[in-house]
Amino acid sequence: MPTFVYMTRCDGCGHCVDICPSDIMHIDKTTRRAYNIEPNMCWECYSCVKACPQNAIDVRGYADFAPLGHSVRVLREEAKATISWRLRFRDGREKNFVSPIRTTPWGSIKGPAEYAAPAPEDFAKQELAHEPEALNISGGLPALRRDQLKVGVV
Amino acid sequence: MFTNNPFAGLSASIPPAVMQTYVLIMIVLVAAGTLFDIVHKGSARYFFDNWRKSKSAGPWQVGGGELVSLAVKTGLVDVLASGEFCSARRRVAHLLTMYGFVIYVVTTAVMVFGYPTPATPTPGILPLLWWIGGLMICLGGYWFWFFIRVDVVAEGNSPFRIMPADLFILSLLGSVTLGLIWAFLQTRASSGANVFFGLYIIATTVLFGSVPWSKFAHMFFKPAAALEKRVSYANGTRSNLPGPADKPERFGSAREQPRHY
Repeated sequence: MPTFVYMTRCDGCGHCVDICPSDIMHIDKTTRRAYNIEPNMCWECYSCVKACPQNAIDVRGYADFAPLGHSVRVLREEAKATISWRLRFRDGREKNFVSPIRTTPWGSIKGPAEYAAPAPEDFAKQELAHEPEALNISGGLPALRRDQLKVGVV
Repeated sequence: MFTNNPFAGLSASIPPAVMQTYVLIMIVLVAAGTLFDIVHKGSARYFFDNWRKSKSAGPWQVGGGELVSLAVKTGLVDVLASGEFCSARRRVAHLLTMYGFVIYVVTTAVMVFGYPTPATPTPGILPLLWWIGGLMICLGGYWFWFFIRVDVVAEGNSPFRIMPADLFILSLLGSVTLGLIWAFLQTRASSGANVFFGLYIIATTVLFGSVPWSKFAHMFFKPAAALEKRVSYANGTRSNLPGPADKPERFGSAREQPRHY
């Protein structure tokens, strides 16, 4: 179900260009609005649909299973940490879904660039970058003591 | 320099009637270009089709009083305060450019038609406003061009890469920048003033003459689209978007506090 852009809604902010994992959302050279340059390469991840602050991106279903006339619309509410879906079928039926998408407030997770760059010796360690601090586990990483292991295994 | 009417100084070499005719031609070019744009792209037909569809599809009817109130809100929030922008930086840049353009164009017209020669002394405030308007356009426009433009910010292209979408902003910045340089050189009695005046006229003609190919007409159709959006929210269609979520009332699972982070 490739995405398409309502040109009157889009203000050309570029959020969809930034987030698209297939790099197929581009800015039109004449109108400076977003558009999907390669709809058949869209993997329907809905990243751009959810990220668009103007709700300007919609999804068009393939005609074999979602005949023309249907509509899939998404509303992401950052303050509530929810995502709502409204599906309207061609025969007029409608389905609405609401899902929580976060357990922490929006913007509370630090991005990779906000952490200090790893030191060269960190690359030789077993832990990933900023572990174990980044795991927020008091007392370090959990590990089995020798007396907890089966006799004869070690 | 800031209280000197540059058009009065020009009247020695160009008759005021010629300047006034040029301004009128520019107004006609904008009106004709916008009409051509509307007919050629079918934007008016799209707008009214959408309007009709949205009106009949909504669970509620929007009355005349409510429609007036929505139009006023659109005018105050979406047009006068550029409320549709989601990015504060883009909004500030747009406000600077928009109000700068309005001040610049109005003061230009008043000076050309009201005070075209040194015989009718220009009040000092008019050239001052003309300069302020021009500098506001430059500030907002160059900020947008070099730092905010999505081709540079999101697509990572060079700020000097030019494409058809840049016709409006480049001709606007060219016209205003060259106009300010011309006015500055004129007060210094520099011989270069005539060269910059010629370039200023070329850039201004491109700005107002390229309406069908540039995004100049957005100042007419953007408010219409903003009003249609407000009406769709008022009559319940919400452009088919889902309504605001009423749950969850707090973050995390409804049964337990989050403990996995």
